Amino acid sequence: MTSFETATSHLLTPSGLSIGDLDGLLSGAMVKGVDFADLYFQRIFSEGWVLEDGKVKDGSHSIGGGVGVRSICGDKTGFSYSDAINAEAIRKASAAAGSIAKYLSAGRSVGAIPVIGKANVELYSSINPLDSLSRKEKIDLLSRVDAEARQADSRIIEVTVSLVGNWQAILVAASDGTLATDIRPMVRLNVSVILEQAGRRERGSSGGGGRYGYEYFDDELAKGFAREAVRMAQVNMDAVDAPAGTMPVVLGPGWPGVLLHEAVGHGLEGDFNRKGSSTFSGRVGEQVASPLCTVVDDGTMLNRRGSLSVDDEGVVSQKTVLIENGILNGYMQDKLNAKLMGEASTGNGRRESYAHLPMPRMTNTYMLAGKDDPQDIISSVKNGLYAVNFGGGQVDITSGKFVFSASEAYLIEDGKVTRPVKGATLIGNGPEAMNRISAVGHDLGLDNGVGVCGKNGQSVPVGVGQPTLKIDELTVGGTA
Amino acid sequence: MNVEEEQKQLQDCIDRALTEASLLGATQAEVAASSGEGLSVSVRSAEVETVEFTKNRGFAITVYTGHSKGSSSTSDLSLEAIRRAVAAAIDIAHYTADDECSGLAAPELLASDALDLDLYHPWDLDSTDAVRLALDCEQAGLSNHPNIKKSDGASVSSSGGVRVYGNSHGFFGAATGTSHSIGCSMIAENDSGMERSHWFSGGRVASALDEAAFIGDKAASRAVKRLGARKIVTCDVPVLYSAEVAGSLVGHLIGAISGGNLFRKSSFMLDSLGTAVMPPIVSIYELPQLLQGNASASFDGDGLATYEKKIVNQGTLESYIMGVYSARRLGMQSTANAGGVRNLRAASTGQSLEQLFSEMGTGLYVTSLMGQGVNMVTGDYSRGAEGFWIENGELQYPVKEVTIAGNLADMFLDISAIGTDTDTRGNVQVGSMLISKMKVAGA
Repeated sequence: MTSFETATSHLLTPSGLSIGDLDGLLSGAMVKGVDFADLYFQRIFSEGWVLEDGKVKDGSHSIGGGVGVRSICGDKTGFSYSDAINAEAIRKASAAAGSIAKYLSAGRSVGAIPVIGKANVELYSSINPLDSLSRKEKIDLLSRVDAEARQADSRIIEVTVSLVGNWQAILVAASDGTLATDIRPMVRLNVSVILEQAGRRERGSSGGGGRYGYEYFDDELAKGFAREAVRMAQVNMDAVDAPAGTMPVVLGPGWPGVLLHEAVGHGLEGDFNRKGSSTFSGRVGEQVASPLCTVVDDGTMLNRRGSLSVDDEGVVSQKTVLIENGILNGYMQDKLNAKLMGEASTGNGRRESYAHLPMPRMTNTYMLAGKDDPQDIISSVKNGLYAVNFGGGQVDITSGKFVFSASEAYLIEDGKVTRPVKGATLIGNGPEAMNRISAVGHDLGLDNGVGVCGKNGQSVPVGVGQPTLKIDELTVGGTA
Repeated sequence: MNVEEEQKQLQDCIDRALTEASLLGATQAEVAASSGEGLSVSVRSAEVETVEFTKNRGFAITVYTGHSKGSSSTSDLSLEAIRRAVAAAIDIAHYTADDECSGLAAPELLASDALDLDLYHPWDLDSTDAVRLALDCEQAGLSNHPNIKKSDGASVSSSGGVRVYGNSHGFFGAATGTSHSIGCSMIAENDSGMERSHWFSGGRVASALDEAAFIGDKAASRAVKRLGARKIVTCDVPVLYSAEVAGSLVGHLIGAISGGNLFRKSSFMLDSLGTAVMPPIVSIYELPQLLQGNASASFDGDGLATYEKKIVNQGTLESYIMGVYSARRLGMQSTANAGGVRNLRAASTGQSLEQLFSEMGTGLYVTSLMGQGVNMVTGDYSRGAEGFWIENGELQYPVKEVTIAGNLADMFLDISAIGTDTDTRGNVQVGSMLISKMKVAGA
């Protein structure tokens, strides 16, 4: 079965619908005054297994899905959805969504939104990860990870391992002629350990995943996560108070790319820029980062967590250069914002589910490699911070302020990495911090596949990456 | 929506699922289901931006075969889907390990009946009414000050529904509720850049919400006050958490004394019951059965009757936060907190905000926090902050791009006052909280 057939067999066939019915259903949302309408069908199967206290005591399974209907006139959107997929429910939802037309102000219609792209390269397998291992094999996998962690350090008092997977089928049909499907697998394995010594307890965690089946977690990779979690807890056990104040900060490769996600990524999403609410609004062509920085958003990477064969508006995902040699090149767009700004969608229209409206969102966002040797970058810092692992971050796109929280960091003293320090929040202003990047390593790394991005209450999986880089001044929120 | 009808349908689903689970070999089972619908509109620049109609249904079952457990959920409440969900849960229970702590609460612990806590007050509001209110809200913000040049939108939302819980001991409880809100984000702009501020009013009863114009005006005033914010030098000073952010500190306390974190040893407050975790001026209590309360519930996620309790009594920790499972893991009794805490309050120490400024003397008044830099295992705390610099008890200028850091165990003991200016909008309602010393990192 092709992936298209798989999608329709899950989304349409069970309710007796066929592709031929979609035009008729769409017409309910394309009432007079509406420029564009789309239907988004989704079915998702997910599961989770958790090992705690040496045993897998918890397992869960869930089936979700439905259909969302959107009607757009000008810059106004009507939206409704149904958790049942059938013609009657879709008609009701369409009528509700189409009611937006009554708010149409004279002369504001922008006309039909043009069709964009259609080719569909599959960036991941359509095999359902939930079926890629037997239940017993899943439990064995968790137990092996647990055993590996426990034997790595005798100070371990707690190990939690979780395995989650989901498989979803989507179908988008739009009044602009778009008809696209996608089958999206996703798996993730996480390990968290707690070490105790002389009354002090410290946590370490690790994990990874992507758009694969569970076979992705071969023995080497899975046990590697266990050892990495233990290593991180060991480092934290020796950590001293982090410094407080403004200083040079060297960020390691890979996951610290959450910097880019917060400092520039969100600020370059089309909706904020159309509304003029971003610190980057109206600045295309301007220098917004140091000339060493080239930042891209790339939804086309094979099997990666943030990748999409097509986005949630049926647009083929692409690699978009956001910043080139420090110059702002363009924004990430969905159909609505692209149209209103006179641009084309960049395949960044994403939504958490059928029950949420699409918005411009990141996919995999990273900075291209530079020329510097990572060791030289560290040596160039007299006193500062070397941060290699992070928890989450947050940004205020209007003022440009962003934070991200280091979970593994070290002091740099006289050009050498010395003592580990406790977790601390780093705070800066996006454009300012990007302009203070004075060295970029040749060691581009991507994260392990655990990122979740939240915006307006909607969560979507994303990826980040970067080479080692140096920011001349950033505020470090320690206590020492 | 006809909630009585929805409730009846959900009850039917539960009955069927429990019967099915038993037929498939479950020794115990429990089901939570919910159904709700709502309307949400947003406007921006005096134009409608979105009109959304929401409708959510959910069904989640947990089955036990002896001491092993399996869970399953579905958003499709058809008979067939529920049957599949039950079978999936049973299947999982065949593979999970025995856990002596698993299983339903003892029958005698279950709530005898669900109380009417007056939580259901539908708002007779169509999308045109909602749009008009949102426009009023935004307009008040836009006309507040010359430096307000645009808004980031105003929104009005209203939703209502029913949640039910039933288990194989024969317990069945239902609770209906509504939730309404009006909110607005305004953007102030001058030579120093743009600043955004959000304000909202929310609650169970529409007539109790603040006026739309008041909300827009407040969001605008807050944004204007942020203009020209400066960075300050790194220092050790008292930090006053404004009422709208002080609840987060109580939230961290609840995280640290929650059963799940305690039995996983993922808390810096292990074995803290009965000890002084805060100074004697602090008492924090839970009022789960408050009439019209934002988070009120007469029974918890395990079917136990909720009850009023002191969590911190004059500085001493008097209760952990546990459901049946975590209580068993800890060898204790459930505090009827499966699903979380409901309506927390901290007693004020009597000072107004101005009095707290003078009490603080010189320090940082924090009105907004950023990031998640809290380590529950160690209590280490480091978050981005903005607010105002206070000198000699007087508000001086807005502050930006700093972090505040400390260790929560110390910060809790350093609470020196709680203001009378309680923020009454959320689940945790407290006044401004003064922490006598923290590290502020800046320039």
